[in-house]
Amino acid sequence: MTTTLPVSAAAHAHGHGGGVAPEVVVVGVAVIAIACYTSGVAASRRRGRPWPVHRLVLWIAGVVAATATMVGPLAAAAHEGFVAHMWAHLLAGMLAPLLLVLSAPVTLALRTLEVVPARRVSRVLRSGPARFVAHPITAAALNVGGLWLLYATPLFAWMQASMLVHVAVHVHLLAAGFLFTAAVVGIGPRPHPPSRVLVAVVLMLAMAAHGILAKHLWASPPALVDPADARAGAELMYTAGAWIEAAIAALFCAQWYRASGRRLRRTSPAPAASPVPTP
Amino acid sequence: MASDTQQAPTRAHPSWSARAEHSHRIVWSGVLFGVGLVAFVDEAVFHQILHWHHFYDLGTSDLGLVSDGLFHALSWFATIAGLFLLADLRRRGAWHGARWAGGVLLGAGGFQLYDGTVQHKLLGIHEIRSVDDLLPYDVVWNATAAAMLAAGIALVVATRRSRALARAAP
Repeated sequence: MTTTLPVSAAAHAHGHGGGVAPEVVVVGVAVIAIACYTSGVAASRRRGRPWPVHRLVLWIAGVVAATATMVGPLAAAAHEGFVAHMWAHLLAGMLAPLLLVLSAPVTLALRTLEVVPARRVSRVLRSGPARFVAHPITAAALNVGGLWLLYATPLFAWMQASMLVHVAVHVHLLAAGFLFTAAVVGIGPRPHPPSRVLVAVVLMLAMAAHGILAKHLWASPPALVDPADARAGAELMYTAGAWIEAAIAALFCAQWYRASGRRLRRTSPAPAASPVPTP
Repeated sequence: MASDTQQAPTRAHPSWSARAEHSHRIVWSGVLFGVGLVAFVDEAVFHQILHWHHFYDLGTSDLGLVSDGLFHALSWFATIAGLFLLADLRRRGAWHGARWAGGVLLGAGGFQLYDGTVQHKLLGIHEIRSVDDLLPYDVVWNATAAAMLAAGIALVVATRRSRALARAAP
Protein backbone atom coordinates (compact mmCIF):
# COMPACT_ATOMS: atom_id res chain seq x y z
CA MET A 1 0.00 0.00 0.00
CA THR A 2 2.81 2.41 0.86
CA THR A 3 4.19 2.26 -2.68
CA THR A 4 0.85 3.21 -4.16
CA LEU A 5 0.26 6.23 -1.93
CA PRO A 6 2.37 8.74 -3.88
CA VAL A 7 0.55 7.75 -7.07
CA SER A 8 -2.90 8.33 -5.69
CA ALA A 9 -1.70 11.56 -4.11
CA ALA A 10 -0.42 12.70 -7.50
CA ALA A 11 -3.67 11.57 -9.07
CA HIS A 12 -5.58 13.68 -6.59
CA ALA A 13 -3.51 16.72 -7.46
CA HIS A 14 -4.38 16.23 -11.13
CA GLY A 15 -7.84 14.92 -10.64
CA HIS A 16 -9.88 17.64 -9.01
CA GLY A 17 -9.77 21.36 -8.69
CA GLY A 18 -11.18 21.84 -5.22
CA GLY A 19 -14.34 19.79 -5.66
CA VAL A 20 -15.09 16.26 -4.55
CA ALA A 21 -12.47 13.58 -5.30
CA PRO A 22 -13.50 11.32 -8.20
CA GLU A 23 -13.13 8.26 -5.94
CA VAL A 24 -15.84 9.55 -3.60
CA VAL A 25 -18.20 10.09 -6.54
CA VAL A 26 -17.48 6.57 -7.86
CA VAL A 27 -18.15 4.92 -4.50
CA GLY A 28 -21.28 7.06 -4.07
CA VAL A 29 -22.61 5.98 -7.48
CA ALA A 30 -21.88 2.32 -6.64
CA VAL A 31 -23.74 2.51 -3.32
CA ILE A 32 -26.72 4.21 -4.98
CA ALA A 33 -26.73 1.58 -7.75
CA ILE A 34 -26.87 -1.29 -5.27
CA ALA A 35 -29.49 0.50 -3.12
CA CYS A 36 -31.75 1.19 -6.13
CA TYR A 37 -31.58 -2.40 -7.36
CA THR A 38 -32.22 -3.81 -3.87
CA SER A 39 -35.24 -1.54 -3.37
CA GLY A 40 -36.50 -2.67 -6.79
CA VAL A 41 -36.20 -6.30 -5.71
CA ALA A 42 -38.07 -5.50 -2.49
CA ALA A 43 -40.82 -3.63 -4.37
CA SER A 44 -41.24 -6.51 -6.81
CA ARG A 45 -41.56 -8.98 -3.92
CA ARG A 46 -44.12 -6.76 -2.17
CA ARG A 47 -46.26 -6.88 -5.32
CA GLY A 48 -46.12 -10.68 -5.27
CA ARG A 49 -43.61 -11.13 -8.11
CA PRO A 50 -40.42 -12.35 -6.46
CA TRP A 51 -37.25 -11.40 -8.30
CA PRO A 52 -34.58 -14.15 -8.55
CA VAL A 53 -31.94 -13.75 -5.84
CA HIS A 54 -29.13 -14.78 -8.21
CA ARG A 55 -29.81 -11.68 -10.30
CA LEU A 56 -29.33 -9.48 -7.22
CA VAL A 57 -26.03 -11.29 -6.57
CA LEU A 58 -24.99 -10.73 -10.21
CA TRP A 59 -25.80 -7.01 -9.92
CA ILE A 60 -23.80 -6.57 -6.70
CA ALA A 61 -20.86 -8.53 -8.16
CA GLY A 62 -20.99 -6.41 -11.33
CA VAL A 63 -21.08 -3.11 -9.43
CA VAL A 64 -18.23 -4.22 -7.14
CA ALA A 65 -16.13 -5.39 -10.13
CA ALA A 66 -16.70 -2.10 -11.95
CA THR A 67 -15.93 -0.02 -8.84
CA ALA A 68 -12.72 -1.97 -8.14
CA THR A 69 -11.31 -0.76 -11.46
CA MET A 70 -11.63 2.89 -10.38
CA VAL A 71 -11.11 2.86 -6.60
CA GLY A 72 -8.96 0.76 -4.31
CA PRO A 73 -5.86 -1.41 -4.56
CA LEU A 74 -6.45 -2.69 -8.12
CA ALA A 75 -7.00 0.85 -9.46
CA ALA A 76 -3.81 2.00 -7.69
CA ALA A 77 -1.80 -0.97 -9.02
CA ALA A 78 -3.17 -0.30 -12.52
CA HIS A 79 -1.32 3.02 -12.47
CA GLU A 80 1.92 1.22 -11.77
CA GLY A 81 1.91 -1.87 -13.94
CA PHE A 82 0.46 -2.88 -17.26
CA VAL A 83 -0.65 -6.34 -16.10
CA ALA A 84 -2.73 -4.79 -13.29
CA HIS A 85 -4.05 -2.26 -15.80
CA MET A 86 -5.10 -5.17 -18.02
CA TRP A 87 -6.98 -6.82 -15.15
CA ALA A 88 -8.82 -3.53 -14.64
CA HIS A 89 -9.54 -3.33 -18.37
CA LEU A 90 -10.92 -6.91 -18.42
CA LEU A 91 -13.07 -6.25 -15.34
CA ALA A 92 -14.45 -2.90 -16.49
CA GLY A 93 -14.92 -3.68 -20.17
CA MET A 94 -15.90 -7.35 -20.17
CA LEU A 95 -16.66 -9.09 -16.86
CA ALA A 96 -18.59 -6.32 -15.06
CA PRO A 97 -20.77 -5.60 -18.14
CA LEU A 98 -21.58 -9.32 -18.47
CA LEU A 99 -22.58 -9.56 -14.78
CA LEU A 100 -24.66 -6.38 -15.01
CA VAL A 101 -26.44 -7.43 -18.22
CA LEU A 102 -27.30 -10.84 -16.72
CA SER A 103 -28.85 -9.10 -13.70
CA ALA A 104 -31.47 -7.61 -16.11
CA PRO A 105 -31.66 -4.12 -14.52
CA VAL A 106 -33.93 -2.67 -17.23
CA THR A 107 -36.48 -5.47 -16.79
CA LEU A 108 -36.47 -4.89 -13.04
CA ALA A 109 -36.87 -1.13 -13.51
CA LEU A 110 -39.79 -1.52 -15.92
CA ARG A 111 -41.43 -3.95 -13.53
CA THR A 112 -41.13 -1.86 -10.38
CA LEU A 113 -41.33 1.78 -11.51
CA GLU A 114 -44.65 3.62 -11.37
CA VAL A 115 -46.62 3.62 -14.62
CA VAL A 116 -45.60 7.09 -15.81
CA PRO A 117 -41.83 6.80 -15.27
CA ALA A 118 -41.88 3.22 -16.59
CA ARG A 119 -43.54 4.44 -19.78
CA ARG A 120 -40.97 7.19 -20.03
CA VAL A 121 -38.13 4.66 -19.72
CA SER A 122 -39.60 2.38 -22.35
CA ARG A 123 -40.21 5.34 -24.66
CA VAL A 124 -36.56 6.36 -24.34
CA LEU A 125 -35.44 2.77 -24.99
CA ARG A 126 -37.62 2.60 -28.11
CA SER A 127 -36.41 5.97 -29.45
CA GLY A 128 -34.28 6.17 -32.59
CA PRO A 129 -31.03 7.30 -30.93
CA ALA A 130 -31.25 4.61 -28.23
CA ARG A 131 -31.89 1.91 -30.82
CA PHE A 132 -29.00 3.20 -32.91
CA VAL A 133 -26.56 3.11 -29.99
CA ALA A 134 -27.80 -0.29 -28.81
CA HIS A 135 -27.54 -1.87 -32.27
CA PRO A 136 -24.90 -4.64 -32.25
CA ILE A 137 -22.80 -2.97 -34.97
CA THR A 138 -22.76 0.46 -33.24
CA ALA A 139 -22.13 -1.10 -29.83
CA ALA A 140 -19.26 -3.21 -31.19
CA ALA A 141 -17.77 -0.18 -32.94
CA LEU A 142 -17.94 1.89 -29.73
CA ASN A 143 -16.34 -0.97 -27.83
CA VAL A 144 -13.51 -1.88 -30.19
CA GLY A 145 -12.97 1.71 -31.35
CA GLY A 146 -12.54 2.88 -27.75
CA LEU A 147 -9.91 0.18 -27.12
CA TRP A 148 -7.93 1.05 -30.22
CA LEU A 149 -8.07 4.75 -29.23
CA LEU A 150 -6.83 3.85 -25.76
CA TYR A 151 -3.85 1.77 -26.86
CA ALA A 152 -2.87 3.38 -30.14
CA THR A 153 -2.98 7.07 -29.09
CA PRO A 154 -1.47 9.12 -26.21
CA LEU A 155 -4.74 8.57 -24.32
CA PHE A 156 -3.13 5.74 -22.34
CA ALA A 157 -0.40 8.05 -21.01
CA TRP A 158 -2.96 10.73 -20.07
CA MET A 159 -5.00 8.12 -18.24
CA GLN A 160 -2.00 7.02 -16.19
CA ALA A 161 -1.31 10.65 -15.24
CA SER A 162 -4.82 11.76 -14.28
CA MET A 163 -7.36 10.11 -12.00
CA LEU A 164 -10.19 11.93 -13.75
CA VAL A 165 -9.18 10.58 -17.19
CA HIS A 166 -8.72 7.15 -15.59
CA VAL A 167 -12.28 7.19 -14.27
CA ALA A 168 -13.63 8.58 -17.56
CA VAL A 169 -11.90 5.84 -19.58
CA HIS A 170 -13.20 3.11 -17.28
CA VAL A 171 -16.73 4.53 -17.36
CA HIS A 172 -16.54 4.43 -21.16
CA LEU A 173 -15.22 0.83 -21.09
CA LEU A 174 -18.06 -0.14 -18.77
CA ALA A 175 -20.78 1.64 -20.77
CA ALA A 176 -19.57 0.39 -24.16
CA GLY A 177 -19.10 -3.10 -22.74
CA PHE A 178 -22.63 -3.04 -21.31
CA LEU A 179 -24.15 -1.89 -24.61
CA PHE A 180 -22.30 -4.57 -26.55
CA THR A 181 -23.02 -7.39 -24.10
CA ALA A 182 -26.69 -6.35 -23.93
CA ALA A 183 -26.86 -6.34 -27.74
CA VAL A 184 -25.54 -9.92 -27.84
CA VAL A 185 -27.00 -11.66 -24.76
CA GLY A 186 -29.43 -9.04 -23.42
CA ILE A 187 -32.29 -10.36 -21.29
CA GLY A 188 -35.83 -9.12 -21.56
CA PRO A 189 -38.18 -8.13 -24.35
CA ARG A 190 -36.73 -6.17 -27.25
CA PRO A 191 -39.10 -4.45 -29.70
CA HIS A 192 -36.85 -4.83 -32.74
CA PRO A 193 -34.41 -7.67 -32.19
CA PRO A 194 -31.53 -7.82 -34.67
CA SER A 195 -31.13 -11.07 -36.61
CA ARG A 196 -29.18 -13.75 -34.74
CA VAL A 197 -26.90 -14.39 -37.70
CA LEU A 198 -25.91 -10.71 -37.74
CA VAL A 199 -25.26 -10.77 -33.99
CA ALA A 200 -23.16 -13.93 -34.34
CA VAL A 201 -21.04 -12.35 -37.09
CA VAL A 202 -20.59 -9.10 -35.11
CA LEU A 203 -19.66 -11.06 -31.97
CA MET A 204 -17.06 -13.05 -33.87
CA LEU A 205 -15.58 -9.94 -35.48
CA ALA A 206 -15.42 -8.19 -32.09
CA MET A 207 -13.68 -11.25 -30.60
CA ALA A 208 -11.21 -11.20 -33.50
CA ALA A 209 -10.57 -7.45 -33.09
CA HIS A 210 -9.86 -7.94 -29.38
CA GLY A 211 -7.35 -10.71 -30.12
CA ILE A 212 -5.68 -8.76 -32.92
CA LEU A 213 -5.36 -5.70 -30.68
CA ALA A 214 -3.79 -7.87 -27.95
CA LYS A 215 -1.15 -9.17 -30.37
CA HIS A 216 -0.59 -5.66 -31.74
CA LEU A 217 -0.01 -4.45 -28.17
CA TRP A 218 2.48 -7.27 -27.63
CA ALA A 219 4.52 -6.05 -30.57
CA SER A 220 4.14 -2.29 -30.07
CA PRO A 221 3.48 -1.37 -26.43
CA PRO A 222 2.09 2.08 -25.48
CA ALA A 223 4.62 4.78 -24.67
CA LEU A 224 6.35 4.60 -21.25
CA VAL A 225 5.33 0.97 -20.67
CA ASP A 226 8.08 -1.55 -20.01
CA PRO A 227 8.09 -4.01 -22.96
CA ALA A 228 8.18 -7.16 -20.77
CA ASP A 229 5.27 -5.84 -18.68
CA ALA A 230 3.37 -4.93 -21.86
CA ARG A 231 3.88 -8.42 -23.29
CA ALA A 232 2.60 -10.11 -20.13
CA GLY A 233 -0.41 -7.75 -20.17
CA ALA A 234 -1.08 -8.39 -23.85
CA GLU A 235 -1.02 -12.17 -23.34
CA LEU A 236 -3.42 -11.78 -20.41
CA MET A 237 -5.74 -9.68 -22.58
CA TYR A 238 -5.63 -12.39 -25.27
CA THR A 239 -6.26 -15.44 -23.05
CA ALA A 240 -8.55 -14.05 -20.33
CA GLY A 241 -10.44 -12.03 -22.95
CA ALA A 242 -11.02 -15.17 -24.99
CA TRP A 243 -12.52 -16.97 -21.97
CA ILE A 244 -14.99 -14.17 -21.22
CA GLU A 245 -15.89 -13.97 -24.92
CA ALA A 246 -16.39 -17.73 -24.92
CA ALA A 247 -18.82 -17.35 -22.00
CA ILE A 248 -20.73 -14.69 -23.96
CA ALA A 249 -20.74 -16.91 -27.08
CA ALA A 250 -22.03 -19.86 -25.02
CA LEU A 251 -24.82 -17.71 -23.53
CA PHE A 252 -25.72 -16.42 -26.97
CA CYS A 253 -25.92 -19.98 -28.38
CA ALA A 254 -27.90 -21.17 -25.34
CA GLN A 255 -30.48 -18.38 -25.82
CA TRP A 256 -30.75 -19.26 -29.52
CA TYR A 257 -31.07 -22.96 -28.66
CA ARG A 258 -33.80 -22.28 -26.11
CA ALA A 259 -35.73 -19.96 -28.47
CA SER A 260 -35.66 -22.52 -31.28
CA GLY A 261 -36.75 -25.18 -28.77
CA ARG A 262 -39.83 -23.07 -27.96
CA ARG A 263 -40.55 -22.72 -31.69
CA LEU A 264 -40.11 -26.46 -32.13
CA ARG A 265 -42.57 -27.14 -29.33
CA ARG A 266 -45.14 -24.76 -30.81
CA THR A 267 -44.98 -26.29 -34.28
CA SER A 268 -44.86 -29.94 -33.19
CA PRO A 269 -46.44 -30.26 -29.73
CA ALA A 270 -45.31 -33.83 -29.03
CA PRO A 271 -42.44 -34.93 -31.23
CA ALA A 272 -41.44 -37.75 -28.91
CA ALA A 273 -44.98 -39.15 -28.75
CA SER A 274 -44.92 -40.58 -32.28
CA PRO A 275 -41.65 -42.47 -32.58
CA VAL A 276 -40.66 -43.41 -36.10
CA PRO A 277 -39.19 -46.92 -36.31
CA THR A 278 -35.42 -46.82 -36.62
CA PRO A 279 -33.66 -49.28 -38.88
CA MET B 1 -35.23 -19.23 -16.92
CA ALA B 2 -34.63 -22.84 -15.92
CA SER B 3 -38.12 -23.03 -14.49
CA ASP B 4 -39.55 -22.02 -17.87
CA THR B 5 -42.82 -23.89 -18.26
CA GLN B 6 -42.45 -24.39 -22.00
CA GLN B 7 -39.23 -26.41 -21.91
CA ALA B 8 -38.54 -28.11 -25.21
CA PRO B 9 -37.79 -31.84 -25.26
CA THR B 10 -34.08 -32.50 -24.92
CA ARG B 11 -34.11 -35.61 -27.08
CA ALA B 12 -36.49 -37.00 -29.67
CA HIS B 13 -36.51 -40.52 -31.04
CA PRO B 14 -34.01 -40.73 -33.91
CA SER B 15 -35.61 -41.09 -37.31
CA TRP B 16 -34.26 -41.30 -40.85
CA SER B 17 -36.68 -38.66 -42.01
CA ALA B 18 -35.35 -36.20 -39.40
CA ARG B 19 -31.78 -37.11 -40.38
CA ALA B 20 -32.55 -36.50 -44.04
CA GLU B 21 -34.32 -33.24 -43.28
CA HIS B 22 -31.31 -31.98 -41.32
CA SER B 23 -28.69 -33.62 -43.52
CA HIS B 24 -26.76 -30.39 -44.08
CA ARG B 25 -27.02 -29.30 -40.47
CA ILE B 26 -25.37 -32.56 -39.33
CA VAL B 27 -22.36 -31.85 -41.55
CA TRP B 28 -22.19 -28.19 -40.50
CA SER B 29 -22.28 -29.08 -36.83
CA GLY B 30 -19.34 -31.44 -37.43
CA VAL B 31 -17.39 -28.94 -39.54
CA LEU B 32 -17.72 -26.22 -36.88
CA PHE B 33 -16.65 -28.58 -34.13
CA GLY B 34 -13.77 -29.89 -36.26
CA VAL B 35 -12.41 -26.37 -36.86
CA GLY B 36 -12.55 -25.72 -33.12
CA LEU B 37 -10.97 -29.08 -32.30
CA VAL B 38 -7.94 -28.57 -34.53
CA ALA B 39 -7.45 -25.04 -33.19
CA PHE B 40 -7.60 -26.42 -29.65
CA VAL B 41 -5.01 -29.12 -30.47
CA ASP B 42 -2.80 -26.45 -32.04
CA GLU B 43 -3.05 -24.29 -28.92
CA ALA B 44 -2.66 -27.12 -26.38
CA VAL B 45 -0.02 -29.26 -28.08
CA PHE B 46 2.08 -26.91 -30.19
CA HIS B 47 1.87 -23.73 -28.07
CA GLN B 48 1.58 -25.01 -24.49
CA ILE B 49 3.22 -28.47 -24.42
CA LEU B 50 5.86 -28.49 -27.17
CA HIS B 51 6.45 -24.70 -27.28
CA TRP B 52 7.05 -24.96 -31.04
CA HIS B 53 4.63 -22.12 -31.72
CA HIS B 54 4.89 -18.70 -30.08
CA PHE B 55 2.36 -16.05 -29.09
CA TYR B 56 3.83 -13.63 -31.59
CA ASP B 57 6.57 -13.85 -34.19
CA LEU B 58 8.20 -10.64 -35.19
CA GLY B 59 8.14 -11.55 -38.88
CA THR B 60 4.35 -11.66 -38.95
CA SER B 61 2.68 -9.46 -41.55
CA ASP B 62 -0.37 -7.33 -40.69
CA LEU B 63 -2.50 -9.53 -42.91
CA GLY B 64 -1.17 -12.59 -41.08
CA LEU B 65 -2.14 -11.02 -37.75
CA VAL B 66 -5.68 -10.31 -38.99
CA SER B 67 -6.08 -13.81 -40.44
CA ASP B 68 -4.80 -15.35 -37.20
CA GLY B 69 -7.17 -13.20 -35.12
CA LEU B 70 -10.18 -14.04 -37.28
CA PHE B 71 -9.49 -17.76 -37.13
CA HIS B 72 -8.82 -17.67 -33.40
CA ALA B 73 -12.24 -16.07 -32.85
CA LEU B 74 -13.88 -18.39 -35.37
CA SER B 75 -12.45 -21.48 -33.70
CA TRP B 76 -13.80 -20.54 -30.25
CA PHE B 77 -17.18 -19.64 -31.63
CA ALA B 78 -17.29 -22.70 -33.91
CA THR B 79 -16.60 -25.14 -31.06
CA ILE B 80 -19.45 -23.72 -28.98
CA ALA B 81 -21.91 -23.29 -31.86
CA GLY B 82 -21.08 -26.77 -33.21
CA LEU B 83 -21.92 -28.39 -29.87
CA PHE B 84 -25.20 -26.46 -29.54
CA LEU B 85 -26.11 -27.54 -33.08
CA LEU B 86 -25.36 -31.12 -32.01
CA ALA B 87 -27.74 -30.77 -29.05
CA ASP B 88 -30.33 -29.35 -31.43
CA LEU B 89 -29.92 -32.35 -33.77
CA ARG B 90 -30.46 -34.78 -30.88
CA ARG B 91 -33.52 -32.83 -29.84
CA ARG B 92 -34.94 -33.23 -33.35
CA GLY B 93 -34.03 -36.92 -33.59
CA ALA B 94 -31.65 -36.13 -36.44
CA TRP B 95 -28.35 -37.21 -34.85
CA HIS B 96 -26.21 -39.28 -37.22
CA GLY B 97 -22.79 -40.13 -35.76
CA ALA B 98 -20.96 -41.19 -38.92
CA ARG B 99 -22.12 -38.19 -40.92
CA TRP B 100 -21.21 -35.87 -38.04
CA ALA B 101 -17.74 -37.48 -37.78
CA GLY B 102 -17.34 -36.84 -41.52
CA GLY B 103 -18.09 -33.20 -40.89
CA VAL B 104 -15.54 -33.06 -38.05
CA LEU B 105 -12.82 -34.51 -40.32
CA LEU B 106 -13.82 -32.09 -43.08
CA GLY B 107 -13.56 -29.07 -40.76
CA ALA B 108 -10.38 -30.23 -39.03
CA GLY B 109 -8.60 -31.19 -42.27
CA GLY B 110 -9.71 -28.06 -44.09
CA PHE B 111 -8.61 -25.73 -41.32
CA GLN B 112 -5.27 -27.48 -40.82
CA LEU B 113 -4.57 -27.35 -44.56
CA TYR B 114 -5.40 -23.62 -44.58
CA ASP B 115 -3.11 -23.14 -41.58
CA GLY B 116 -0.27 -25.15 -43.14
CA THR B 117 -0.43 -23.52 -46.56
CA VAL B 118 -1.95 -20.01 -46.47
CA GLN B 119 -1.15 -18.98 -42.88
CA HIS B 120 2.32 -20.56 -42.53
CA LYS B 121 3.57 -20.07 -46.10
CA LEU B 122 1.74 -17.17 -47.75
CA LEU B 123 1.11 -14.96 -44.69
CA GLY B 124 4.17 -16.12 -42.77
CA ILE B 125 2.60 -16.16 -39.29
CA HIS B 126 5.04 -18.77 -38.04
CA GLU B 127 6.48 -22.08 -39.12
CA ILE B 128 5.51 -25.40 -37.58
CA ARG B 129 8.84 -25.45 -35.77
CA SER B 130 11.83 -23.13 -35.90
CA VAL B 131 14.34 -25.55 -37.44
CA ASP B 132 16.53 -25.49 -40.55
CA ASP B 133 14.96 -28.40 -42.38
CA LEU B 134 11.25 -27.62 -42.39
CA LEU B 135 10.30 -29.97 -45.21
CA PRO B 136 9.51 -33.08 -43.10
CA TYR B 137 7.35 -30.99 -40.75
CA ASP B 138 5.49 -29.37 -43.62
CA VAL B 139 4.95 -32.70 -45.34
CA VAL B 140 3.61 -34.41 -42.20
CA TRP B 141 1.43 -31.41 -41.26
CA ASN B 142 -0.17 -30.96 -44.68
CA ALA B 143 -0.39 -34.67 -45.48
CA THR B 144 -2.28 -35.24 -42.19
CA ALA B 145 -4.57 -32.37 -43.11
CA ALA B 146 -5.17 -33.73 -46.61
CA ALA B 147 -5.83 -37.24 -45.24
CA MET B 148 -8.42 -35.88 -42.74
CA LEU B 149 -10.02 -33.83 -45.50
CA ALA B 150 -10.20 -36.86 -47.85
CA ALA B 151 -11.63 -39.11 -45.12
CA GLY B 152 -14.17 -36.40 -44.25
CA ILE B 153 -15.30 -36.05 -47.86
CA ALA B 154 -15.57 -39.85 -48.20
CA LEU B 155 -17.67 -40.15 -45.02
CA VAL B 156 -19.95 -37.25 -45.92
CA VAL B 157 -20.51 -38.64 -49.42
CA ALA B 158 -21.05 -42.18 -48.10
CA THR B 159 -23.66 -41.05 -45.57
CA ARG B 160 -25.66 -39.18 -48.20
CA ARG B 161 -27.55 -42.45 -48.60
CA SER B 162 -29.50 -41.47 -45.47
CA ARG B 163 -31.62 -39.40 -47.87
CA ALA B 164 -32.31 -42.43 -50.03
CA LEU B 165 -33.13 -44.45 -46.92
CA ALA B 166 -35.52 -41.75 -45.83
CA ARG B 167 -37.32 -41.93 -49.16
CA ALA B 168 -37.49 -45.72 -48.90
CA ALA B 169 -38.70 -45.61 -45.28
CA PRO B 170 -42.46 -46.00 -44.75
